[in-house]
Amino acid sequence: MFPILKKRVLNPTVTYMEILAPRVAKKAQPGQFIMLRIDENGERIPLTIAGYDREEGTVTIIFQKVGYTTYSLDGLEEGDSLLDFVGPLGRASDFDGMRKVAVVGGGLGVAIAYPQAKALHDLGAEVDFIVGFRNKDLIILEEEFSAACSDLTIMTDDGSNGRKGFVTTALQEKLEAGAEYDAVIAIGPLMMMKAVCELTREKKIPTIVSMNSVMVDGTGMCGCCRLTVGGETKFACVDGPDFDGHQVDFDEAMARSRMYFDEEQLSMEKHACQLGGKKQ
Amino acid sequence: MSNMSPNKNPMPEQAPDVRNKNFSEVALGYSPEMAMDEAKRCLNCKNKPCVSGCPVNVRIPEFVALVAEGKFAEAAAVVKSTNNLPAICGRVCPQENQCERQCVRGKKGEPVAIGRLERFVADYVMEHGEQAAEVSAANGHKVAVVGSGPAGLSCAGDLAKRGYAVTVFEALHTPGGVLVYGIPEFRLPKALVRKEIATVENLGVEILTNTVIGKSITLDELLEEEGFEAVFVASGAGLPNFQKIPGENLLGVYSANEFLTRINLMKAYDFPQHATPIKVGRVAAVIGGGNVAMDAARCAKRMGAETVYIVYRRSDAELPARAEEVHHAKEEGILFRLLTNPTQIIGDEQGRVKAMEVVEMELGEPDASGRRRPVKKPGSEYTLDVDTVIIAIGNSPNPLIKATTPGLECQCWGGIVADEETGKTSREAVYAGGDAVTGAATVILAMGAGKKAAAAIHEYIQNKEK
Repeated sequence: MFPILKKRVLNPTVTYMEILAPRVAKKAQPGQFIMLRIDENGERIPLTIAGYDREEGTVTIIFQKVGYTTYSLDGLEEGDSLLDFVGPLGRASDFDGMRKVAVVGGGLGVAIAYPQAKALHDLGAEVDFIVGFRNKDLIILEEEFSAACSDLTIMTDDGSNGRKGFVTTALQEKLEAGAEYDAVIAIGPLMMMKAVCELTREKKIPTIVSMNSVMVDGTGMCGCCRLTVGGETKFACVDGPDFDGHQVDFDEAMARSRMYFDEEQLSMEKHACQLGGKKQ
Repeated sequence: MSNMSPNKNPMPEQAPDVRNKNFSEVALGYSPEMAMDEAKRCLNCKNKPCVSGCPVNVRIPEFVALVAEGKFAEAAAVVKSTNNLPAICGRVCPQENQCERQCVRGKKGEPVAIGRLERFVADYVMEHGEQAAEVSAANGHKVAVVGSGPAGLSCAGDLAKRGYAVTVFEALHTPGGVLVYGIPEFRLPKALVRKEIATVENLGVEILTNTVIGKSITLDELLEEEGFEAVFVASGAGLPNFQKIPGENLLGVYSANEFLTRINLMKAYDFPQHATPIKVGRVAAVIGGGNVAMDAARCAKRMGAETVYIVYRRSDAELPARAEEVHHAKEEGILFRLLTNPTQIIGDEQGRVKAMEVVEMELGEPDASGRRRPVKKPGSEYTLDVDTVIIAIGNSPNPLIKATTPGLECQCWGGIVADEETGKTSREAVYAGGDAVTGAATVILAMGAGKKAAAAIHEYIQNKEK
């Protein structure tokens, strides 16, 4: 069992947890992920490692309530435990040769982009961190973000926090203002990563994306997370999750991400009362 | 007095049109009377040809004689002295190619039903309790086993009996490997697998789940930091092969591994009570002709597919699956499209499978494997309307350990290079066996490899001490 040591509700849909998992914490690197299962009837879901403390033996996960499993996870409290927690899985991010970088995070991706920004910042790289939220109330981890970069830009879709627009708007402005990046790292919804890649492709800026595909085992066994990169089939779990964004077939990835949409709805309905009960 | 009937006692089974709608076990097992009657067909040959056909050397005539006398617990103890997983082997071993193939009774009529008797005694003691196995006193030596499938459990059990402190590292959340994620409930009930694994744990073996060797810990760390004196790598063949034809990433195309793992390990047949979903449409096509293909086809039928095809590029005679599995599949209404190969999978505008184009094949000259090579019949392409495609054309060894263990020699296709008799690899103190070495094979061959490696590891550690 893997106890939840700390829980913070970051905004109405996003939750932060520190899980005691010393073996995972010992090996975790930015860019890697874990698989967890809440209980005996639960499904295995992948979550990106949002932080780790090797001495305390803890691993941080930050997740958005999108389906049955993440709603159930959000219903747990400090002192509760997860039945299964395995990792670190996938390849660690490769920061070689990155001296000036734009890290772009959208939606939940901002939380996942945070360890990348922090790692690059700690390595001495100049990091422009661009994050986007729907509105002001959903902004999370602002202090942590500021401390992990040279320049933080917060965008909101409705302009309720000053700057109105998408993260791509801010990235485009920076590029037009003459910023020269060794690489752009984009993490967030598939649509956002695709838009960032379209922008950077013209300018020939190497762009790394983190693919959060549907997975079952997370160790290369099922092939459920396969995607097309540069015309070849790759597994996000063992070949990624980081890939060259200019090579990724995003349209296929978007179709594949909708595979179990109907079942997810059914699962939410089926468990509605249970989830409702837990939330109170 | 021997029972001279030329035929085996038939195995009681669920009727085909009943069982193809449920996940309960197909074969129901012998009654004590049937088992005693079948056991009396054994001639107790002096030279025991059957034993030479068994990769784990079960003392067959000895245990069968005890069954004939009604001494079932004693019979089980004889089986268990060399086989750590008899309830499993009795169900999934291809006995027709092993012990039963050597049986003298098989020369005129059917061989003794050794597999069914093994299953019977193992089930009997599981239900009625059994004598505790003999375990040597702890010898103070630690051995690590990577993977808790048949090879790993067999090696771990044998080493524990010799007094070793054995830790088995399992990547998934449940031990058993292919026994739990691959082979379906209706062929091998999971409650039974759990119980049989518990008997291995009772020998003192510790199983650590949720630990991926090569990620959570490397093999070198096991040897250098965690104090293990030897490691047995039995990580299986878990990397699914695809056909590399257009349309393989459409929605509704599964590797057999994914399809079976969702159903068996994650219990998607019980969705939404179990949270893992699966989608099986109206018409499913399974590509391949092995046991895994039969398992996938029979699962698809049970999940409600109206029509299920097996699409295999060679003919009936070359089907690699056990005859019994093919027979069961046909009885359950699976349609065989033999001498047929897919050329592309066709999707609709949402990216979901709507059809598969196939081409007819004919058999040409024998290839390197000795089987006649299938060649396309030009112009014979046609489409099958399907909405689910399951690719069951084999698995390769998972590359995680190879990629993270310097100096571990592997074949070009990914298999670990290991001595056939000892499991010794190119690295000192590292042994390997099972599908990780041979590529996908059978449960019992993997168990045989585990057994040989246990003996070799024992010898290695004893010699090192001198």
